[in-house]
Amino acid sequence: MKYDEQPTLPPPANTIGAVGWMRKHLFNGPYNSIATLVLGYFLISWMIPIFQWSIFDANWIGETRDACTGDGACWVFIGARLNQFLYGFYPEAEYWRLNLAFILLMIAIVWLVLPQTPRKGWMAIFLLVIFPVIAFFLLYGDAFGLKQVETHKWGGLSLTLVLAVVGIVASLPLGIVLALGRQSEMPIVRSVCVIFIEIWRGVPLITVLFMASVMLPLFFPEDMSFDKLLRALIGITLFQSAYMAEVIRGGLQAIPKGQYEAADALGLGYWQKMILIIMPQALKLMIPGIVNTFIALFKDTSLVLIIGLFDILAIGQAANQDPNWIGFSTESYLFVALMFWVFCFSMSRYSMHLERKLHTGHGNRT
Amino acid sequence: MSNPQPEHDQLMVELRDVNKWYGEFHVLKNINLEVKQGEKIVICGPSGSGKSTMIRCINRLEEHQQGDIIVNGIPLTEDLKNIEAIRKDVGMVFQHFNLFPHLTVLENCCLAPIWVKKMPRKDAEAKAMEYLERVKIPDQALKYPGQLSGGQQQRVAIARSLCMNPDVMLFDEPTSALDPEMIKEVLDVMIELAHEGMTMLCVTHEMGFAKTVADRVIFMDGGQIVEENEPHEFFNNPQHERTQLFLSQILQH
Repeated sequence: MKYDEQPTLPPPANTIGAVGWMRKHLFNGPYNSIATLVLGYFLISWMIPIFQWSIFDANWIGETRDACTGDGACWVFIGARLNQFLYGFYPEAEYWRLNLAFILLMIAIVWLVLPQTPRKGWMAIFLLVIFPVIAFFLLYGDAFGLKQVETHKWGGLSLTLVLAVVGIVASLPLGIVLALGRQSEMPIVRSVCVIFIEIWRGVPLITVLFMASVMLPLFFPEDMSFDKLLRALIGITLFQSAYMAEVIRGGLQAIPKGQYEAADALGLGYWQKMILIIMPQALKLMIPGIVNTFIALFKDTSLVLIIGLFDILAIGQAANQDPNWIGFSTESYLFVALMFWVFCFSMSRYSMHLERKLHTGHGNRT
Repeated sequence: MSNPQPEHDQLMVELRDVNKWYGEFHVLKNINLEVKQGEKIVICGPSGSGKSTMIRCINRLEEHQQGDIIVNGIPLTEDLKNIEAIRKDVGMVFQHFNLFPHLTVLENCCLAPIWVKKMPRKDAEAKAMEYLERVKIPDQALKYPGQLSGGQQQRVAIARSLCMNPDVMLFDEPTSALDPEMIKEVLDVMIELAHEGMTMLCVTHEMGFAKTVADRVIFMDGGQIVEENEPHEFFNNPQHERTQLFLSQILQH
């Protein structure tokens, strides 16, 4: 039989490119076409006024309320208050200290996040051990010739970040220890961890913060006073570590028994087994859950406004009360929401990236 | 057929009147077993007969409740020091390989020498490569276990154990989870190991392997050692009815 090699042809024109994509995803059949048109109509009829208000008709330039004449949003208000949104009541001459701490933090994080940078281990140690010390002296001062800035002057986005970063960095290791304790074979250790976790999980964060700010001082002698911010930080950390512990416990349970046995059979001790074998695998499985907890923590920090700490949301509310700027609360809430969203969305995207990167395949294991 | 007699008659593993219960269930009943240095023991029996449990007691993956287990002169007790010392001397290969999926093949092999024996990383890696060569997969050293076939994974698992220079190797059904075409490559490695004089206890149903390398075959049923004999006698002239039945079931094909 004679055999002719068939030529390789390009795919039909209406299956590729933008037209092909639209045919496949938006207009494949009468019902989907109708749904696309109806939803598209609503989407556009909502989007146009939103864009009109927030961008095209908005007032961007100016110093005072008089600059806001059009129908659109008054971003001048945010601009005029930007320093408070970012720095709270921190003295203006010392803003550079917050900026420097923030820049250091960002450098460290970007260093860890980018795949090409060398010596990630040292950077992680810097971020977890050295940076907190530097940041503390930068922010609080009272050493190395830096002026002291008491914590009640801290506020805005920088306070939100302090609460979130400290909460995240401290609650993860504490959560790991609690999760391991809950799995311990020693009954006392196990009960202590179970009781701790269940108590903190059973209490709303608001209650914890009230306890930390109002009730706790009653139990201590009068001359002994903890900083209010420190008390809130401890409350948030303990509260979140209980949640973290449960997330990590879920990850630990997903690791097959054979992994523990192989580590035992090789003669690894308990901590070696946990740190080298079990935790790296469990944490990898738990990235979505851990980041979920981080995001919840980040947003929960706004609750500190009820104990009189001025995080970015509280600053926004305070700005709304300014008699010179009455009537622009929509803008300030939107701005605050946008700030929260930017940070939470970045965490979410990074976690998805990490998940893909760390996937070395549990596929072949039975 | 039988291997040359081991030079030393030193006891490597000794089990005396070992009893074990899972809750109410009596899994091991008065187990007595002596394994000399260099001896190869094959343990067979129906599932649930306690054969895996018995060898898992030897390195304390399972705890026995009565009797004495002595490995390389060290009594296995509650004492963590003794357990650690025994685990350094005893290597184990599992049915499901249990390689660490987040580490490369080379890292799997180096991990215990570096952290347990405190060997410098360079030496550990050199040694790991040497053993990976012996199991014939040095070219896979930088891959992750998930990228390897079952037979290759099991050979890595054997190399990983050997990197700790064990005096005894325990094999817990090392070929049961493998596709048929991969069984031979693992058995070949085990046979080579046997010829080098390693003391081995293998739970396996590979009767060909038992005939080739075993000094003794042990048949277990219902938590007891029913019969124990050198392979030729064991297969051609089984004494107990239970053994005869078992052999007729596994050898009829």
